[in-house]
Amino acid sequence: MEKEITVTLNGEEKTLTVEPRLLLVHLIRENLNQTGTHIGCDTSNCGACTVLLDGKSVKSCTILAVQANGKKITTVEGLATAEGLHPLQEGFKENHALHCGFCTPGMMMRAVELLEKNPNPTEEEIRWGISGNLCRCTGYNNIVLAVQYAGAKMRGEKLPSTEPIFV
Amino acid sequence: MIQECKTSKAISGMGHSMKRKEDARFIQGKGHYVDDIKLDGMLYMDIVRSPYAYAKIKSIKTEKALATPGVIAVVTGRDLEKYNLHWMPTLMSDTQMVLPTDTVMYQAQEVAAVIASSRYAAADGVEAVEVEYEVMKPVMDPYKSTDPSSPVLRTDKKGKKDNKIWHWEVGDKEKTDKLFETAEVTVKQEIYVPRIHVASIETCGCVADYDKVNNYLTMYMTTQAPHAIRTVIALVAGHVGLTEEKIRVVSPDIGGGFGGKVPVYPGYVIAIAVSFLVGKPIKWIEDRSENLQADSFARDYHITAEMAGTKAGKIQGIRFKVLADHGYTDASANPSKFPAGMFSICTGSYDYDTAFVEADAVYTNKPPGGVAYRCSFRVTEAVQGIERITDRFAQTIGMDPAAFRFKNFIKKEQFPWKSPTGWSYDSGDYQLALHKAMDVIGYDDLRKEQVEKRKKGEIMGIGICSFTEVVGAGPSKDFDILGIKMFDSAEIRVHPTGKALARFGTKSQGQGHETTYAQIIAEELGIPAENIQVEEGDTDTAPYGLGTYASRSTPTAGAAAAVAARKLRDKARKIAAYLLEVSEADLEWEPGKFSVKGAPEKSKTIQEIVFAAYTNHPPGMEAGFEATHYYDPPNLTFPFGSYICVVDIDKETCEIKVRRFVAIDDCGNIINPMIVQGQVHGGLTQGIAPAMYEELIYDEEGNILNGTFMDYLVPTAVESPHWETGHTITPCPHHPIGAKGVGESPTVGAPPAIANAIVDALLPYGITNIDIPITPYKVWKALKEKGVVKAI
Repeated sequence: MEKEITVTLNGEEKTLTVEPRLLLVHLIRENLNQTGTHIGCDTSNCGACTVLLDGKSVKSCTILAVQANGKKITTVEGLATAEGLHPLQEGFKENHALHCGFCTPGMMMRAVELLEKNPNPTEEEIRWGISGNLCRCTGYNNIVLAVQYAGAKMRGEKLPSTEPIFV
Repeated sequence: MIQECKTSKAISGMGHSMKRKEDARFIQGKGHYVDDIKLDGMLYMDIVRSPYAYAKIKSIKTEKALATPGVIAVVTGRDLEKYNLHWMPTLMSDTQMVLPTDTVMYQAQEVAAVIASSRYAAADGVEAVEVEYEVMKPVMDPYKSTDPSSPVLRTDKKGKKDNKIWHWEVGDKEKTDKLFETAEVTVKQEIYVPRIHVASIETCGCVADYDKVNNYLTMYMTTQAPHAIRTVIALVAGHVGLTEEKIRVVSPDIGGGFGGKVPVYPGYVIAIAVSFLVGKPIKWIEDRSENLQADSFARDYHITAEMAGTKAGKIQGIRFKVLADHGYTDASANPSKFPAGMFSICTGSYDYDTAFVEADAVYTNKPPGGVAYRCSFRVTEAVQGIERITDRFAQTIGMDPAAFRFKNFIKKEQFPWKSPTGWSYDSGDYQLALHKAMDVIGYDDLRKEQVEKRKKGEIMGIGICSFTEVVGAGPSKDFDILGIKMFDSAEIRVHPTGKALARFGTKSQGQGHETTYAQIIAEELGIPAENIQVEEGDTDTAPYGLGTYASRSTPTAGAAAAVAARKLRDKARKIAAYLLEVSEADLEWEPGKFSVKGAPEKSKTIQEIVFAAYTNHPPGMEAGFEATHYYDPPNLTFPFGSYICVVDIDKETCEIKVRRFVAIDDCGNIINPMIVQGQVHGGLTQGIAPAMYEELIYDEEGNILNGTFMDYLVPTAVESPHWETGHTITPCPHHPIGAKGVGESPTVGAPPAIANAIVDALLPYGITNIDIPITPYKVWKALKEKGVVKAI
């Protein structure tokens, strides 16, 4: 019954035997031991498990591991490079866009694709763009700023101030 | 400048918007949450839950489950009964089943646990357990719960003849009743604060790891109060040999707590029991649906609020009566002398001397709880009550709600102010906060705009909330949980090279303690916050404390950090005097060094002094550089603020749009403005949630109608408005660093501001109240009743 699959996780090719019913999120967390991708619900609403599958953001709890056969998976662990943090990682830290950190990996992976498709999004476009990802802590204001900061950095523009506007 | 800083950016003491130290691991996927723990030989537990709200268990058949591949054991209440582990106390000294032997009391209650070699096998096993129930008619309406016709639910309690849990009251009943008989104006409003859920994105879970050889339990779990839990485990399991020195509770990174991770849930206890019996680590992680359906709810207060005053707009008194639906058991986590928490803060920010407040708690067939969800024990309910009735009174006498508040505010010079329900408000400047909120939002112009809009038949409303919180429990004379006084602790060890390790009895769930505690110590000792490592959550290493909830971390453990650091500064002064060969009185302190008065070139840095404490300490002095403090606060703290909300309502769809929301908060001195603002943003979104979206709804049969994230509407970035935030600073007079705590103010203050705005919008149509969550459907129904919109 088990099936052999080959996936490329953050640039590394892995071949494993899995149950056909295994969810991609469990493949990543349990079989491949990359625990940065989280699980926050059982109805595909929260987005904590968001990863990139062949560059497209997906909720890894709605996809079977076998469906990822032959595909490239990028998780939060694959965001930073030898040169340093990804602009989104920097943006989240600089703008205090995380509190407990549980939704953060999924939120950032979603924002990767958002910025790829729309390199200079408005606040409203960001809000709709991340509306499949729930954050219970931050109130979202600073996540919007973090995505804008990352966009500016990726476009090579001057970075916005990260001082809080707290009148 | 948000707050004046006494230290340089390099030191980053108080007032600096230092970027968070904990973020590095979270943004790189290296947070360490309970579900990330994997131990050798670990087994997985999943739980069979009741589909019925009230039923007798006729039989539990486990044969098929045990025949399922990977399933190792099925545990029932009868199994736990053999070890007397089938019941446990709640933090309110009520009792709760761990697993039932006879009867289930709410839907989704734990019925049996399946232990298996994998998560999937455990879930298969749950499917295969066969339970036969005899279904009974549940008691769902708290108002009917005390009817003689309702069955007595807690038949486990000997001699229990009704479904009442407790009655609590405070204030002067006679004086209040008399006032209400004679007052010029009285208003009355029924206000329901609905049952909601904290819905932290991480659910609850644990890994119970019992080492049979050494008789030692390590319990990794999602808890906001690891030390208290260790004591509770020892109290529950001491009789089987698990005494407190044999228990280590570790609270790893927590994916949001908000009060929901204070109680002890049956799943934790079952995991411990099974690990104890089989000698292997047991992992239990809830699904989201289990979390929403079975874990402690919050709120569920039915309030009858009344206010008495003069036609000219002077408040003279209030009378509040509450019916509290606690579900199957009182599983709140209030200080034990306060069954209704700090609900008596419901007299609010206003100056009057007459109040009577009472509450009755009842059992129903709903899940247990009553946790303090991002709120210092029922303060949210209290503020919803007072701020809604305040608006109702202003509307009744035709006065602007801002002018009405200004007329009645306790004045700055009246602090410390004794409330008619017995609190001593430490400090405040309510006028300043409301003025600032009105200036920022442009209140007068908005009122003019509203007049114009109303002429055109458009629906726009402006709502105010000027709340007073009571947080930081608390002084040991009044505050304890299960007898343990509600102090909290800090231990600072400074290493020879001048870098420090600081440990606390609290536990961050996202509040940023690793940064803010370091900043407090940096402020006091001048050691850069960057060089201060903060640790919490491991009972083997951290000093005893009661944990993080009720905005108590800064008021208690934060204060302990400052006092412990001052003990070290006193020691540093002695060492500096010795090194510089002067008397202590000849030294003066600036952050990071002592220098000789009048000869500033003669100085010793804190790093030099610490090094000397290990290498060249004065004769007769104890070596080393460490201090511990257990801080017992002299009073609670009273953060406050004024929020203003502007809403536009579409007359066709009744969609409610929060156009603007300005929050001015005063939490005393600010440790880190960036973090304070972040806390306010987050709390505001958790405030709009119950105001407009969230409520746990049950039908008459006891079925939950929205027990998943598909239909329990946690706001996304689209529902959450762009928050505008600001501050005033009224230092706390009794706290070592003048701070008050902030995490919960916005959750408390936002719902009434939003509700007041919506009701203000609908006033021209004669609508004076809609209970939260105020949905487009409720607005449409209210407008239809008034004949403003037509039925489709």
